[in-house]
Amino acid sequence: MTINNKIKKIKVGMASCGIAAGAEDVLNILKEHSADILIDEVGCFGHCYCEPVVEIETSDGESIIYSHVAANEKSIANILELGEDGRFEINPKRKAKELLKVTRLAGVIDPTSYEEYVENGGYVGLKKALAMNKEELIDEVKKSGLRGRGGGGFPTGMKWGFLAAKKAEQKILICNADEGDPGAFMDRSLMESVPHQVLEGMLIAAYATGSTRIFIYCRAEYPLAIKHLNIAIEQIKEHKLNIIDGRDIDIFVKEGAGAFVCGEETALIHSLEGQRGTPRFRPPFPTDSGWKGYPTMINNVETFGNIPYLIAEGAESYASVGSEGSKGTKLFALAGDLDNPGLVEVPMGISLREIVFDIGGADPEKTKAVQTGGPSGGCIPVELFDSLVDYDSLKALGAIMGSGGMIIIGKNRCMVETARYFLDFTHRESCGKCTFCRVGTKRMFETLERITAGEGLVEDLDFLAEMGPKVIKGSLCGLGQTAPNPVLATLRYYRHEYENHVNNKQCEALSCDKLVDIELNKDKCIECKLCIKNCPVDAVSDDFVIDNNKCTRCNTCIEVCPKDTIFRVKKGEGFYSE
Amino acid sequence: MVQNYDYLKKITPESSNLIRGLQAVQGQEGYISDDSILAVAEYFNTPVVETEGVLSFYAQFKRTKPGKFQLCVCDGTACHIKGSTLILDWISTELGIADGETDKEGIFSIETVACLGCCSLAPVLSVNGKVFGNLDRKATMKILKEYKKK
Repeated sequence: MTINNKIKKIKVGMASCGIAAGAEDVLNILKEHSADILIDEVGCFGHCYCEPVVEIETSDGESIIYSHVAANEKSIANILELGEDGRFEINPKRKAKELLKVTRLAGVIDPTSYEEYVENGGYVGLKKALAMNKEELIDEVKKSGLRGRGGGGFPTGMKWGFLAAKKAEQKILICNADEGDPGAFMDRSLMESVPHQVLEGMLIAAYATGSTRIFIYCRAEYPLAIKHLNIAIEQIKEHKLNIIDGRDIDIFVKEGAGAFVCGEETALIHSLEGQRGTPRFRPPFPTDSGWKGYPTMINNVETFGNIPYLIAEGAESYASVGSEGSKGTKLFALAGDLDNPGLVEVPMGISLREIVFDIGGADPEKTKAVQTGGPSGGCIPVELFDSLVDYDSLKALGAIMGSGGMIIIGKNRCMVETARYFLDFTHRESCGKCTFCRVGTKRMFETLERITAGEGLVEDLDFLAEMGPKVIKGSLCGLGQTAPNPVLATLRYYRHEYENHVNNKQCEALSCDKLVDIELNKDKCIECKLCIKNCPVDAVSDDFVIDNNKCTRCNTCIEVCPKDTIFRVKKGEGFYSE
Repeated sequence: MVQNYDYLKKITPESSNLIRGLQAVQGQEGYISDDSILAVAEYFNTPVVETEGVLSFYAQFKRTKPGKFQLCVCDGTACHIKGSTLILDWISTELGIADGETDKEGIFSIETVACLGCCSLAPVLSVNGKVFGNLDRKATMKILKEYKKK
């Protein structure tokens, strides 16, 4: 293969999303053919929709990005020649709206290289912090207006102040990396792409609060993040950055074991102590009595990720970005029904419309709503997309900021089924300690199951509306206090869908299996028999009629049909159904 | 055969390491058997009932032996709205086992997981940790076919 002599460095996106899209094979072929050119394995630059991604740095200082790189010799040859095929330009609309602060180095540097992080401004914040006195430093964080990025939105500087004020032989700092919200991947991406930045934030916090020990409680489902964190911790120890105030600070990565409730502070501490992850009553707050009784402070990954640049640039500069009550930038993980899923960093106070349509590339005609905050949040209908994204505005709409997961829901999705899905998740994840959460979420889930199966009653809607607030009131921790949100929000904005399920036994979105039939349009059928061969329950007859009593609505025939002649229809409109 | 749990000795036997101990056992054996519970309880000096209490709390721990290929179908929000239930349905039908089961030969096991964190590639599944994204029926069947050959 010919290699263009302008190529200085090759970067391959090797975060989880890249690897899932096949980046490993691309990397291997590149290694075979790139002679002695330096190949960097970098993290995620946020444009997950165009993975696998290869970026070429040229000797002119230019950067050329190739997207959707196929793992074959032809596509690699094109890249090494700096060919025109497959070049990728960031959508100018997105470029104009996003503001890269926390993710500035994500996808730019090799996450396993201490040197690259330092060359790009790493550990400047730590040095500056160590030169300040502790009160000054905490004041700086308070002045910046930074609020906890895990979803709660508690002022970070205040929390630091609580721990700093404690006198104890040991103080514990915990990084909450138990990103349990299904549909969110901001923390994963940060830990995989810029582990040093997250750790730098923790070291600054450890200095400010006088902490003696650091735990990172990370989901076991994130093996790459754990690997990169451990490499970075070793490098920190090598460079003796963990010696603060003359004391060695131990840093441990602890793997979570798969419990959503462990995102809650006191539950997380119990889990770190090797116990069942059940929350407990507060007070005492963790800053008074936490891990093994020591004063303990818990911050989220993204919160720590904000600290280095906050300190390096100063609180004033930090607070110049954002809205009245929410300062700085926020990461959002966009997924669902849109063209450009991925990770995006935007200033607080941007509108939903800008995030979903301009950046995410969702089709305004086909979008129904966006779900923020995962199972603890609520949906916001497209009509309200002019709302601003900050802690207070979202709360007023019945949703929450949450940790930053944003699922875009298309018009072809059923909101009742979406609510059922979230309650299915939360009722299983409820730890069982509080009766209202344990039994209440289960009853709400069962009610939603009945409604989506077409067996719902009008009274069921009243029951949901009545039970939701009771579960919120009767639960000790954030799980129960937010679990009914998806139901209450969908009831508020999409009551007509619920009513249609209950009164007419119909699902407009043709999503609820028990309320749809499958129909085959014989006029367009080419009689290829693929549907007959593939149907697992023999519901398609030899003359291409679907028996909806046998059919399990598994969609196999719809997927295999080459002419799109098979589709879902409202119950009673297909053949053979009663 | 008496199992050897020497690998536990790398972990300090204090109760806060109990979960790590269980994770080590699962990493080694693939699941946690009744015997393993006894061994872990003894090593960490915790009552057997407490050990079982902790392990039953967390979704990660398996009590039955998984297959050679462990299929995890992601049912995170993004995957769910993109049709992960259908994917589970197709795999179940193809392999003749339900969610949480292992086939008779011990080759395949299926489970649904909350989120693999690759939401932008939804719907996804993983086989022994290797993630496959943007699935439709054809892609799913191809993956199964490839692993059946191995």
